Amino acid sequence: MPVIKRPAAVISAALIVLATASSAAFAQKKYDSGASDTEIKIGNIMPYSGPASAYGVIGKTEAAYFKMINDQGGINGRKINFISYDDAYSPPKTVEQARKLVESDEVLFIFNSLGTPPNSAIHKYMNAKKVPQLFVATGATKWNDPKDFPWTMGWQPNYQSETRIYAKYILEHMPNAKIAVLYQNDDYGKDYLKGLLDGLGAKAKTMVVAQDSYELSEPTIDSHIVKLKASGADVFMNITTPKFAAQAIKKIAEIGWKPTHFLNNVSASIGSVIKPAGYENSQDIISAAYLMDAADPQWKDNAGMKAFDDFLAKQFPEGNRLDGSVMVGYNVAQTMVQVLKQCGDNLTRANVMKQAASLKDYTPTNLLPGIKINTSANDFAPIEQLQLMRFRGERWVLFGKIISGEIGG
Amino acid sequence: MSTIQETTAETQAATVDAPPKKAMGLGRTASWVMLIILLALPLFVRNFVIFQMTMLLIYGIAVLALNILTGGSGQFSLGQSAFYAIGAYTAAILIEHGGVNYVLTLPAAGIVCFIVGFLFGLPALRLSGIYLALATFALAVAMPQLLKLGVIEHWTGGVQGLVVTKPDAPFGLPVSQDMWLYYFTLVVSLAIYLASVNLLRSRSGRAMMAIRDNEIAASAMGIDLSIYKTLAFGVSAGITGVAGALGAIAVQFVAPDSYTFQLAIALFLGMVVGGVGWLPGSLAGAAFIVFVPNIAEGISKGLSGAFFGVLLFVVIYLVPHGARQGAIYAETLFNKLRRS
Repeated sequence: MPVIKRPAAVISAALIVLATASSAAFAQKKYDSGASDTEIKIGNIMPYSGPASAYGVIGKTEAAYFKMINDQGGINGRKINFISYDDAYSPPKTVEQARKLVESDEVLFIFNSLGTPPNSAIHKYMNAKKVPQLFVATGATKWNDPKDFPWTMGWQPNYQSETRIYAKYILEHMPNAKIAVLYQNDDYGKDYLKGLLDGLGAKAKTMVVAQDSYELSEPTIDSHIVKLKASGADVFMNITTPKFAAQAIKKIAEIGWKPTHFLNNVSASIGSVIKPAGYENSQDIISAAYLMDAADPQWKDNAGMKAFDDFLAKQFPEGNRLDGSVMVGYNVAQTMVQVLKQCGDNLTRANVMKQAASLKDYTPTNLLPGIKINTSANDFAPIEQLQLMRFRGERWVLFGKIISGEIGG
Repeated sequence: MSTIQETTAETQAATVDAPPKKAMGLGRTASWVMLIILLALPLFVRNFVIFQMTMLLIYGIAVLALNILTGGSGQFSLGQSAFYAIGAYTAAILIEHGGVNYVLTLPAAGIVCFIVGFLFGLPALRLSGIYLALATFALAVAMPQLLKLGVIEHWTGGVQGLVVTKPDAPFGLPVSQDMWLYYFTLVVSLAIYLASVNLLRSRSGRAMMAIRDNEIAASAMGIDLSIYKTLAFGVSAGITGVAGALGAIAVQFVAPDSYTFQLAIALFLGMVVGGVGWLPGSLAGAAFIVFVPNIAEGISKGLSGAFFGVLLFVVIYLVPHGARQGAIYAETLFNKLRRS
């Protein structure tokens, strides 16, 4: 039997073994509830029924996208289990469904739940439970608050930054403009309005000559348009959802009002707004965008648009190509997959949040060229850039530089 | 002329049939079994289920309030969501802006809603049947917009709503927030349930039911129609307000979108499914509006509304008198078994 003569060597050898063992332990897979070697459970809440059910298609698009990812082998070998519930856009129901997802289904996190009131209702709960509420489908400004709500993150550019961009443009090119604003009387409309007034700053009082709001339940907004025309404004700020935006464009042409027309991105869809309102009535409308419009012929040969069409044809044939919501769902799902890829084998809730806050120049397939997703520990606003565009002929023509509308910037 | 009068009398009798006084409550054994289930169940289930049961009780109170109005005094209301909203906002504003203890917000919400209901009931008295239903419906439709008004936005939080802090169990009791809130809600529900059963068995209750059965005969007997009708309206609104306040505390959030007229329809539905005029049925009705949408969604996401409709149709077709019919059936079955 060989006698060990040098105990120091033995100890150091033992230490080395120990060190490798522990570093191997660090590289080992780490999970919170909702993740395992074979599966990642993702929760989602959508208004499949009720007044906002038109947006339910976002959830269906995401389900189709995740199914495609699973068919391709999943993420790092794990299949996505996408559990999506209906809240009918009613906040008390959202609370019930979120609790079901977190406490009963035990999902790893909740992804892309839709609407400002529903997400507000679970904001506090999710942060108290320390379960990520990722890429919420609303443009309210309050989701970018990593200090007070480190478990919540938005995705799309916030509403305020868009109207701030318009305000910047107006101040620069039309310093003497008289602005008339029409907005929807809810969280979305008021957030947009606030961005505009903040963006105009001290001049808001003199420049905004008329403000009018309408309710989502009104059948037509014609009377509002007539009233705003009477204010003598030469700039029209159109903060309306698609149905009303089309009505407004038509009515303005009908009564022969010729203001510089700013149309919010929510209603910039050619398929559901411009075409029904008539191309001839829509010339020279200014808007802003961050995603490609599937109805816009200029993207016909774009690789990203081809990927989108391919996805629709093979995975989601019932999806309406011209519906902007499908495009949103397709791209936000890509962002989610990117975050999960970055997580590797460390699928804890803390790491999911950390990786979501470490996106560097990431571009899903259909962002406008030049717009990139960037997040950091202090910046929970993934998309902050937009580009202005003007309607010419039968398509949007992008102009100017990519503009960042960061709040406080 | 006479035929018209006859048909109206007939339809009135058909819409609200008169349960005998005894049938207002549950039998003694059934009551104890129910109470034990409600007391014991939370000890064995997860917090999420406890939350669902809390919501069940809260909607149960709201359905019961409507049941007093419709089953008791024969008036229809499609505006209960408005009173529910007022109660919820009263509680939320008192807790968040006034720093008032959550327990005290319940009577406050009840009183505010009683006053609002009473005042609304005064002019609405001149309307009857479907016209009253429409007037209250207008209230339900208007309420979410009224809550958004700029004048009161400082208090209501406008379209963004208000976040409410959830209360901890007092005296350092070792129970979770959810469980504490459940038992708190249970105590409130029981108190309201007992008070309501007693109200309907009292002189005032008999007066209300006399009005329900035949207004002319009731007034001939010396019952002051306007007082009792508005009183029923006020009491119903007040109880709904308490339910709303509890709902705000349980959900921890109030916003105009929470109190659309769909809530009013849901409460009406709950009353019909539970059995009009049968107070214990309120709980069954609440269970229908809380759980059946989830079942319908489980069957199909895209067609959840349609499946909800089918399930509702099945219930109405099989048990047109709601849970009361089921309970009577169960009772006869039970008695048969005991005898054999």
